[in-house]
Amino acid sequence: MIDVQNLTKYYNDFCAVDHINLTVRPGEILGLLGPNGAGKTTTLRMLTGYFKPSSGSITVKDLQMPQDTLKIKSLIGYLPESAPLYHNMLVYDYLTYVAKLKGIIDPVKRLARFKELAKLCGLSGIMGKPIATLSKGLKQRVGIAHAMMTNPQILILDEPTSGLDPNQIAEIRDIIRSIGKEKTIIFSTHILSEAEATCDRIAIINKGKVVANDTTTNLKQNTIQASFIRLSLVGPDKNQALELLKTIDDTLEIKPVASLEKQMVSFEIRSPENRSENVDIRSRLYLKIKKTDWIITELAKESQALEKIFRELTREDA
Amino acid sequence: MIAQISTIAAKEFKDYFISPIAYIVIALFLIVSGWFFFSTFFIFGRADLRDFFSFLPITFSFFIPAITMRLFSEEKNVGSYETLLTMPVSFTDIAIGKFLAATFFTMAMLIPTISYPLFISLIGQVDPGPVIGGYLGAILLAAAYCSIGIFASALTRNQIIAFIIGCALCFTLTILDRMLFFIPTKLVAFVEYIGANSHFMNISKGIIDSRDIIYFISVVFVFIFSTYIVMHEKN
Repeated sequence: MIDVQNLTKYYNDFCAVDHINLTVRPGEILGLLGPNGAGKTTTLRMLTGYFKPSSGSITVKDLQMPQDTLKIKSLIGYLPESAPLYHNMLVYDYLTYVAKLKGIIDPVKRLARFKELAKLCGLSGIMGKPIATLSKGLKQRVGIAHAMMTNPQILILDEPTSGLDPNQIAEIRDIIRSIGKEKTIIFSTHILSEAEATCDRIAIINKGKVVANDTTTNLKQNTIQASFIRLSLVGPDKNQALELLKTIDDTLEIKPVASLEKQMVSFEIRSPENRSENVDIRSRLYLKIKKTDWIITELAKESQALEKIFRELTREDA
Repeated sequence: MIAQISTIAAKEFKDYFISPIAYIVIALFLIVSGWFFFSTFFIFGRADLRDFFSFLPITFSFFIPAITMRLFSEEKNVGSYETLLTMPVSFTDIAIGKFLAATFFTMAMLIPTISYPLFISLIGQVDPGPVIGGYLGAILLAAAYCSIGIFASALTRNQIIAFIIGCALCFTLTILDRMLFFIPTKLVAFVEYIGANSHFMNISKGIIDSRDIIYFISVVFVFIFSTYIVMHEKN
């Protein structure tokens, strides 16, 4: 559907996007994940034809940028970051303007489309209000209606949930998921759980480079072994506890970590790479500690999944 | 393409009247041009609009940049420029649409001044030729200055800078033919042709010469094309 090869963008000497390769298949939801300033917005702006790439190629279906930019633009619905709209227009007037520019000239068709969009994006109560008076979440919905106007095959959303409250975030995510059943969606975010919950594939971008690009399930699976047990005890000091824990299984990797409360000692316990019986270790830990008079204040399995990859890949010194 | 241009033009034209700016600009324009006109009208005691039209290039060089300054700068500043450019419209559609909106707004601003010839015709015989020529010239001049103003607006996201650049360009074109004594003799004819004032004055005397009309159309073309180039280069 979308094929990006060696896409590069320089702002003067600063390289914002550095030879990015991306492929998006039809019907896929791709999440562009990365810290602030990683080049997500710049990449999306080039995909939508707003920025000219310094080099590299963008192919959408059989169309090439820049020759077919206008045709590509009509295939794509785009929601820019923080939905910049015309503040002095009414929602209805704004949508009419957008519909006309996108080629829905017939008033009957336009009205029918507005009704569908109002239902999908929950706009029915605000059609007659000036955009300037809307809350951020409502503006975002108008922006989504704008992007969805011609029922495009591809939707590109730039941080669609940024700056919204938790309820609004949930609403927007629902909208994205319901649209995503039949459309190709690319959206950017710096919220991990969001990408994890909504995307089929995730591309992690850092400093203008794609540092990971895989399906969400694959990315998660690769890190299951990276999960560990967190154990906190009250009673023993660090060495006493270590001694006892080592008697369980000397292949265990036990790392003392800073504990949250005084008089408490905490450990991160990992079993070796080739074994994945973490659950067993928990019961073995419990049985061992039961024989002492120590108190277990925490015994939990923590999977770092995406968060860990994200941090590892996007650390400043990486 | 035409549908897109007319949609953009209609939206921008309507925008002028949604905000109070339109009414303030129109009121100020009528006060200034009315004062220029009537302060000398009864002294000369001539039933014509010559004084009104002779001040028009100067007043236009300040009022038209004020009208056009927001067309690109505001959109760039608010960010809606991104929304606009990612819709299936070409740069040319946007530039021409905005240009038409500004020109039509200037024409709307001129409509109340039609009361001057009507009023004068009550107290004397008005020659319709120079009046009609004057309004035709005013429309051409407005179109030329609007294209300059739009070019200035496309250069920056700051409306005040757009206004000042627009004023500087329009004012230069207006006074160029009064600065001819600074110009080497060989260039005088050329520089005089570049200036807008003499072309406008010819038309407003009722002399419709194709050279003058071509001049204004060329200015419009050059600056809309420059706007297109600026838009292209800026992203």
